Amino acid sequence: MAPMNKYSAFSLFKNALTNNKNWQVSWRDATPKSKYDAIIVGGGGHGLATAYYLAKNHGMKNIAVLEKGWIGGGNTARNTTIVRSNYLWTESSLLYEKSLKLWEGLSQDINFNVMFSQRGVYNLGHTLQDMRDIERRVSANQLNGIDAEVVDAQQIKQAIPLINTSKNARYPILGASLQRRAGVARHDAVAWGYARAASELGVDIIQQCEVTGIRKNGSQVMGVDTSRGYIEAKKVGVVVAGHASVLADMAGIRLPLESHPLQAYVSEPLKPVLDTVIMSNAVHGYISQSDKGELVIGAGIDPYIGYGQRGSFCTIEHCMQAIIALFPNFSRVRMLRQWGGIVDVSPDACPILSKTPVEGLYFNCGWGTGGFKATPGSGWTFAHTIANNQPHELNAPFSLDRFSTGALIDEHGAAAVAH
Amino acid sequence: MLLIKCPWCGVRDETEFSYGGEAGIERPLKPEDLNDQEWADYLFMRKNTRGLFLEQWNHSLGCRQWFIVERNTVTYEIIATSKIKNEAPDIQVDA
Repeated sequence: MAPMNKYSAFSLFKNALTNNKNWQVSWRDATPKSKYDAIIVGGGGHGLATAYYLAKNHGMKNIAVLEKGWIGGGNTARNTTIVRSNYLWTESSLLYEKSLKLWEGLSQDINFNVMFSQRGVYNLGHTLQDMRDIERRVSANQLNGIDAEVVDAQQIKQAIPLINTSKNARYPILGASLQRRAGVARHDAVAWGYARAASELGVDIIQQCEVTGIRKNGSQVMGVDTSRGYIEAKKVGVVVAGHASVLADMAGIRLPLESHPLQAYVSEPLKPVLDTVIMSNAVHGYISQSDKGELVIGAGIDPYIGYGQRGSFCTIEHCMQAIIALFPNFSRVRMLRQWGGIVDVSPDACPILSKTPVEGLYFNCGWGTGGFKATPGSGWTFAHTIANNQPHELNAPFSLDRFSTGALIDEHGAAAVAH
Repeated sequence: MLLIKCPWCGVRDETEFSYGGEAGIERPLKPEDLNDQEWADYLFMRKNTRGLFLEQWNHSLGCRQWFIVERNTVTYEIIATSKIKNEAPDIQVDA
C-alpha cells in the first residue's frame, strides 16, 4: 500500500481544490492471515493503541487487531471523553499521568487531530469530609508531580457562573479540586487516529471478526478461533472491556470482574455555557459541553451485571436530579440521546494490565468507568508487557496477582469501600 | 426499569431493591486451610456470566429479605425468583 499522506493545513487546502475527492482511505480493512506474531483482541481505543505502540516502540510488524463489530464502536464511543490524572494512589496517578503526557502530544504523534482540549476538571466537594479527601488527594498529586489545586466555592462561582453555589442548595458546594491540564478529547478520533497510525505501520485491522475460542497447548497460547477461521499466534493480548470475563472463560482463567451498564447522555446543542468539566462523586453526576454545543452528562453504573449496553431509567433520573441540583438553569434543557456501555469493574476500581497463568496470553481489563482517559498509557504499557513478556514499571502494580497477594490499589476514593 | 418479584411481597420496582451479585458463593468452612490463591478465588473471582445468571437481590426498601433471581444478563429478562434455601440452589445454570 502507498504510504499514507500526512494530514496538514496544506492537505486540507489541496483536497478542497479537488472537491475533496482524493482523500485516501484512512486504514486498510484487512482480511485475516493464518498466522501473526501477536494478536490483539478488541478494536477499541486501548486495543488499537496497544497495536500502534507494539509496532512503533517495539518494532513488531506482523500484528492483527481483531474486532467483533467495527473499530471504536464499543466503549470508546460510549463515554463522556474526560481525561485527567488526579488519582489518589501513586501507582494509579503515575499510570494516568503517563497517559495525560501522551495525550498532550498525541495529535502530533499520530498525525490525527484528537481535539484534546485541556479545559480543566473540577471535582466538587459537598461536605467537610469531601473537602478533607480533596485536600489529601491534591497533596498526593502534588507530591507525585501532577498539577492539582484546591479551590473554594467563590472561585468556582467565578469560573462557572451558572453553577449553584448557594448555601441553601440541595448539595451545597464547599470547594473543589482543580486539575487545569485535564480536559476532554474527541473519542471517535482517538480510535480512528490510532487505527490509521497502526495501519500505516503494517498492523492488520480486521473488523467483523469475533473470537470464539482460545487454543492452548499445555499452558502456552497457540492461537484463536474466530468467526473468520483459526488464526495462529504465540502472543495474544485481550482488550475487550465488558467482555473480558467471557474471553477469560475461553482460556480457563477466572477474573475478579463484574460487567455493568454505564449510561451517558447528551442534550440538544446549546450556545456555549460551560467551558470546563465538572464532576461530583457525591451526587453522582459529571458534565461538560461538547464543541457542537451538546451538554455531555454521565453518572454512575447501574448496580446489576448487564451486557445489554443499556441500563435502567431510575439511573437516568438519579443522574439528572444531581445535574439539575448543580445547574438549576439546565432543568429546561431537553436531552437528545442516551446510550450505555458495558464496563468491567474490578474490586479495587483499578485496571488489570497483566500476564496470566497462560503463557503468551495477556489481559488488559478492569478499567471500570474510567478507561477512556487511560487509552494512550494503557496501550503504551500493555504493548511493553506483550513485547517483553514482562510488565512495564508503570503497570507492574496492576497485575492479576494482586488479588492473591493482597496488594490492592483502593481507588474507590470517597466511597472508600472496605475489602 | 426492572420489575422484580420479591418472593414475599410480589412484584415491585427495581428502586426498592439492592443488588447482591453472584449467588451461591459459599464461605469456606476452614479458611485457615486455604492458600492465598483459593482465598482470592473466594473473595474476588466471579463468574460474571453473559446469559442466564443466578444472583442475589435484597428487598432493602421493603421486607429486607435476601432472595435469588435467575436473570438473563443480556436481555435483562427475569426468568424466576425464589427464596434462599439452606442447601445450594437447585436451579442449574451453565457457567
